[in-house]
Amino acid sequence: MDAIQQAFVIESRELLQMMEENLLQLENSAGDPEIINAIFRAAHTIKGGAGVIECDFIIEFTHVLENVLDEMRSGTITPNRELIEVLLACSDHLGILMGCVENDALPSDEENKTSLSLRKQLQHFLGQEASESKEIVVADPNIQTSGGGEMETDNWHISLRFGPDVLRKGMDPASFLRYLNEFGQIVHLTTLPDAMPEAEDMDPESCYLGFEISYKSDADKAKIESVFSFVSEDCVINIWPPHSKLADFIQAIDALPEDSMRLGEILVQCGALTQSELDKALAAQSTTSADDESASQQEQSPKIGDVLVNQGAVTAEVVEAAAGKQVKVAQKKSLESQLIRVQASKLDQLIDLVGEMVIASAGANMLARRSSETALVESTSVITMLVEQIRDSALQLRMVQIGDTFTRFQRVVRDTSKELGKDIELVITGSEAELDKSVVEKLGDPLMHLVRNALDHGIEGPEARVAKGKPAQGTLKLNAYHESGSIAIEIIDDGNGMSREKIFNKAVEKELVSANQTMSDNEVFSLIFEPGFSTAEKITNISGRGVGLDVVKRNITSLRGSVEVESKEGVGSTFRIRLPLTLAIIDGFQVGVGKSSYVIPLGAVVECIELSEKDRADTAHRQYINLRGEVLPFVRLREQFEIDEAGGKRENIVVVQYAGQKVGLVVDELMGEFQTVIKPLGSIFKNIKGIGGSTILGSGDVALILDVQTLVALATVQQNRTAVAEAVKV
Amino acid sequence: MAKANSGRKTLTISEDMTIYNALEQKALLLKALNGCQELDLDLLKVGEMDTTGFQLLLLTKREAIKANKSMRLTAHSKSVTDLLDLYNMGSYFGDPVWLDS
Repeated sequence: MDAIQQAFVIESRELLQMMEENLLQLENSAGDPEIINAIFRAAHTIKGGAGVIECDFIIEFTHVLENVLDEMRSGTITPNRELIEVLLACSDHLGILMGCVENDALPSDEENKTSLSLRKQLQHFLGQEASESKEIVVADPNIQTSGGGEMETDNWHISLRFGPDVLRKGMDPASFLRYLNEFGQIVHLTTLPDAMPEAEDMDPESCYLGFEISYKSDADKAKIESVFSFVSEDCVINIWPPHSKLADFIQAIDALPEDSMRLGEILVQCGALTQSELDKALAAQSTTSADDESASQQEQSPKIGDVLVNQGAVTAEVVEAAAGKQVKVAQKKSLESQLIRVQASKLDQLIDLVGEMVIASAGANMLARRSSETALVESTSVITMLVEQIRDSALQLRMVQIGDTFTRFQRVVRDTSKELGKDIELVITGSEAELDKSVVEKLGDPLMHLVRNALDHGIEGPEARVAKGKPAQGTLKLNAYHESGSIAIEIIDDGNGMSREKIFNKAVEKELVSANQTMSDNEVFSLIFEPGFSTAEKITNISGRGVGLDVVKRNITSLRGSVEVESKEGVGSTFRIRLPLTLAIIDGFQVGVGKSSYVIPLGAVVECIELSEKDRADTAHRQYINLRGEVLPFVRLREQFEIDEAGGKRENIVVVQYAGQKVGLVVDELMGEFQTVIKPLGSIFKNIKGIGGSTILGSGDVALILDVQTLVALATVQQNRTAVAEAVKV
Repeated sequence: MAKANSGRKTLTISEDMTIYNALEQKALLLKALNGCQELDLDLLKVGEMDTTGFQLLLLTKREAIKANKSMRLTAHSKSVTDLLDLYNMGSYFGDPVWLDS
């Protein structure tokens, strides 16, 4: 695949994505002309691009598609569900055809069959039989792809002005026109006798006629020109292929002798110009020469003739045609400068390097401070600041809005709900929340799973909903928001919810828990993430096979994220995924226990308090303190990581928060904030709980990065146990 | 050839309306139009008509409109209708075209 093809495929895929979104919108907006136009433009651009890379199977397919869309645009076809269904299928199929281009392959027989059947369906909407594919003439790729300001008609336009001597030379215009009919069809013809002089001056042997012809033919330009080869010297002949540049057209017409007012009307009649082109020309007119126009002229309903008469507008069009190519090139360039496509691996490499630089500059900074040379300290601190900024913008490069990921689910919701016979609306909020591209990519699958799960098991069918007094249309919400250094993504349905009892019983049956165990709602609901756990009574092809939620959990956990579920029976469920914003670099808070250093992700830190002498004595045998009237469970890192060295006299508590749950981490020393690059630990360490990775300090020492999520869970479980034990005692 | 009838005249042309007859037919048509208010043209017997003939019809019609007179084609031969159809000018003359039965 060469570069042009590659560019074509990339651009087309984006256009298809846009087309799909627009089609889905169209379904709800009942024929908004803006949207139809956007869809048409997408199809048109794809067809044009396919012309450039000479990919016939795509041209053929988009040609029919474009025709249908054009009819929609002109209002002859009104979009209905059935049509949109077909158009969506077409857009899917185009995606498959793009795949063929990508693999340098021709479409398989089966794909050709799909092409044909889709085209038949489209033709059905056009109200004509599918004619075999011969009718597409890729006459001139330059014209096909020039975009903007084209004549919209599918016919050729021929403009003829016969010279006065034609008849005397024994050639009759009628015979040329008859000849034209032999390999095409004159769709419309207007005879222009305007050149005929007054009766006295009129020479009956001279020819005064001109013709404007709208002509439908498969022939190429040379063939049509050859018709007039005998009269080419005595005759002004202009032949425009289908979809010529409007500006060229107007320019040429302007050069013709007839009163251009009349001519303009004739052209509209011929179908050479459409109403929208007329409007466009009028718009151009009003911007260029509003001042010159007399008031009376403006009051009149404008005719295209006015436009042609008005020199200003004509000039504008001419200029557009002449400079069109340059403008287009310039536009393309400016677009390119707005967006640069970069390979993701290059970005990753950059971020790795930035990470190394962060470490190196931290080291330099530390050495400078030790040397206590003021100038050195100052300059390293400037460097550190710059490095921070570089890090931030490097990370920003990989940040993408989550909106695109969300909108992709429109189609899923639409198709799945149709398949299930449910009526479900997808509501998207918070789509501007940003997160690292690598995270987004890995998020797709788990999200898809949760959405399907909600569609299938969560939201009930319309009858069941009405019976429960809910609106027949179910709602699925996708929401995203930032929360202390991580992003939270919610999948909320207003469906059936989950039955605590059912899950508990099932868990007992599966021997995941014992029947007399006391569990909080949260704990019960998180059982559904256990492998092989499904309470669905029936298995559908969408979900419910029992493989799944555990995979979701594993995927999310591997991203250093977490997933939780809230549910109320009969009201609905909320799945909440929390993910770190980025995987590579974090702002850390360094703490010391004994001689070891640990790093806590700064986003998770709420506050630091000193553990007073009194508290130390109090907490010798319990795992919580009273923090301003609140019970705060804590974990002693010294115990957790089995550190023997005795600490100093003081201990501190770092209060961290995760998923709304606060816990304290008891450490010896607080060492302050610093930036750090996460280095993954080897797989032999993967069973150590509470460690998320490692990092290298400026001094060259290794510090372990704490996995706050696990520590919070650990502390909470311990606290719950004590609480339950106490409750049992009472 | 022409029958006068109180400002209304019927002119029957039975020769070919081709370039060979164009000069004299121009004079004939304009003269006929000058001599009446309403001119009916019977072209049933026109064996052949080419673009010159068509131009003469156009000219006559235009002059008639200019002078606020009427000119009608009351009968057409096949050659005449063919050419008028090709030039899409049947409606300009606005006459009923009798189909051969």
